[in-house]
Amino acid sequence: MTLAAPSPTMATTTLTTLIAGRRRTGLLAVVGLTLACLLLTIVAVGQGAISIAPGRVAEILMARLSGDTNLLEGRDVLVVLNIRLPRVLLGLLVGAGLAVSGALMQGLFRNPLADPGLVGVSSGAGLAAAATIVLGDRFLAGTMMKLPFAALPVGAFCGGLITTLALYLIATRGGRTSVATMLLAGVALGAMAGALTGLLSFISDDRQLRDLTFWSLGSLGGASWTKLSVVAPIILPLLLLMPLLARGLNGLMLGEAEAYHLGIPVQRIKALAILLVALAVGASVAAAGMVGFVGIVVPHLIRLSVGPDHRLLLPLSALGGAMLLVGADIVARLIVVPAELPIGIVTATIGAPFFLWLLLRRTSLIDA
Amino acid sequence: MPDPNPILSGRGVGFVASGRRLVTDASLELAGGTTTILIGPNGAGKSTLLKLLTGEIKPAGGEIRIAGELLAAIPAWRLACLRAVMPQHARLAFPFSVYEVASLGVDGIGRALTRQRREAIVAESLAAAGVIDLAGRRYQTLSGGEQQRVQFARVLCQLEAGRSVAERQVLFLDEPIASLDLCHQLALLDMARSIAARGVGVLIVLHDLNLAVTYADHLVVMDQGRIIAQGPPAETLDDALLRQVFKVDLTLSRAPAPGLPFLLPQQHRARPAA
Repeated sequence: MTLAAPSPTMATTTLTTLIAGRRRTGLLAVVGLTLACLLLTIVAVGQGAISIAPGRVAEILMARLSGDTNLLEGRDVLVVLNIRLPRVLLGLLVGAGLAVSGALMQGLFRNPLADPGLVGVSSGAGLAAAATIVLGDRFLAGTMMKLPFAALPVGAFCGGLITTLALYLIATRGGRTSVATMLLAGVALGAMAGALTGLLSFISDDRQLRDLTFWSLGSLGGASWTKLSVVAPIILPLLLLMPLLARGLNGLMLGEAEAYHLGIPVQRIKALAILLVALAVGASVAAAGMVGFVGIVVPHLIRLSVGPDHRLLLPLSALGGAMLLVGADIVARLIVVPAELPIGIVTATIGAPFFLWLLLRRTSLIDA
Repeated sequence: MPDPNPILSGRGVGFVASGRRLVTDASLELAGGTTTILIGPNGAGKSTLLKLLTGEIKPAGGEIRIAGELLAAIPAWRLACLRAVMPQHARLAFPFSVYEVASLGVDGIGRALTRQRREAIVAESLAAAGVIDLAGRRYQTLSGGEQQRVQFARVLCQLEAGRSVAERQVLFLDEPIASLDLCHQLALLDMARSIAARGVGVLIVLHDLNLAVTYADHLVVMDQGRIIAQGPPAETLDDALLRQVFKVDLTLSRAPAPGLPFLLPQQHRARPAA
């Protein structure tokens, strides 16, 4: 079709510039966000009822990493290493997990509206977690004694997985996933899970009810190294394996048939993505309660700034999600000192208006 | 003339969906270096046959072989080196750029190639499809015809990347010119023929009978799920077939130079209403 290409040499030069520009933007974004994330981590560890200067935080962390015990004395060391650090690390992990889960679901459903919180996956995980809190004492007494921290994540994971699978089966007919059906089914599943969670709170005792309430609003408050050691192995697979999914998700943007034509193992990509999302969302919900909107706000902002290529979108979403949650946690800790605001309230306050803005800005979100 | 060693062969292929036979006992062969054009009225089963031949859906009967191997036994990634498919229309869920869409053709199967080689393939394909000047644009902001040419560029990328793995290839184009203006229609079909000249077996679904006759080495006519005629275009298309399959009462004429048949829809308007 040479007649349609006017001056090939000039166009090729422009193309080379374009490719170089793309690569530079991507690199800049990854490096910039990584640095910002590190910086925010150090600031976040210093913030709270006892304020510690970022310089001192960095000093303590460096001393801990190099094994230099001389510097590791004083109350601030205890606060940093035993209270703040696990909390901030949990925030990073949960934020990254939720944002990447959002990006994966949006890729899988080919729609920017898909989000674990919005389509009921979080509610399903929440229901299972609530069931573990309320019914666990009665039915799992033996197991709960042995694995007090594992029962909740495992329960929440199963809840998340079942909801994700149900959603997928309901919305998919003959290999085509209907987005409208998915959203409506997500609303129904979410409502059902909400009702059952309500029923559980109705039959729970006072202690369980307090746990439930606190947890349904979301909080990083209960963070500890033990909790982190249970949650990290469940969320990390998502963050480590996401590069395997990036190309496949890019291909899926053309449609499932076209992705298959390109040689992408569509069914395997879908199964792996669903499994990893269910794992990460389940663990996040179990560790930090219901924290909404991270999965929808972050990937969208990343897409706006560097484009929708999943090879960049997924790692940048992880960094952005980690930063959003740790940032929201700073706000939650500082806004009503010495008390703490549940972090779910902070993310929803940011996320809900953003979501509305998204709807106003784009008119054709639901058809696809 | 029958090729003793066709790139693709289908024998007695059938497909049934919710009790309806969409394709019945279809047999055809694609020879390397030739352009085969599939024509037929709406609902004749052309798209279903194409889906069967590309491996997208499994036949309910018969067997399909590509390069001698059973289609069902070829893993997806190797199949992607053997054949490329241009869909009727592809909509994108997210705002990918034209460059990114074309790159999808080499991202998967071209992983063994160097980055420079991959970028060169994308640039060549964008230039060949006449969309290199749109490379930085968002796919969604393009017109339907431009989108179709970008998809063509993507398919060219895949074919070129697959060539390093598979010597014999098949190219499927499903109504590739539906949204194109005349200039680009002819350019795309010329391009398809030059790909065939390289040894690739090309199968195109077309609606324009005059273009089908002009560009086909081998014409395949489908009606009600069956292949009812196939052969060289000059011998395959006649007035009886037009009446029987396409339900039009037109008389074919012969073009002066190559002696190919053509038809003038003007006859239809000129005739007094029955």
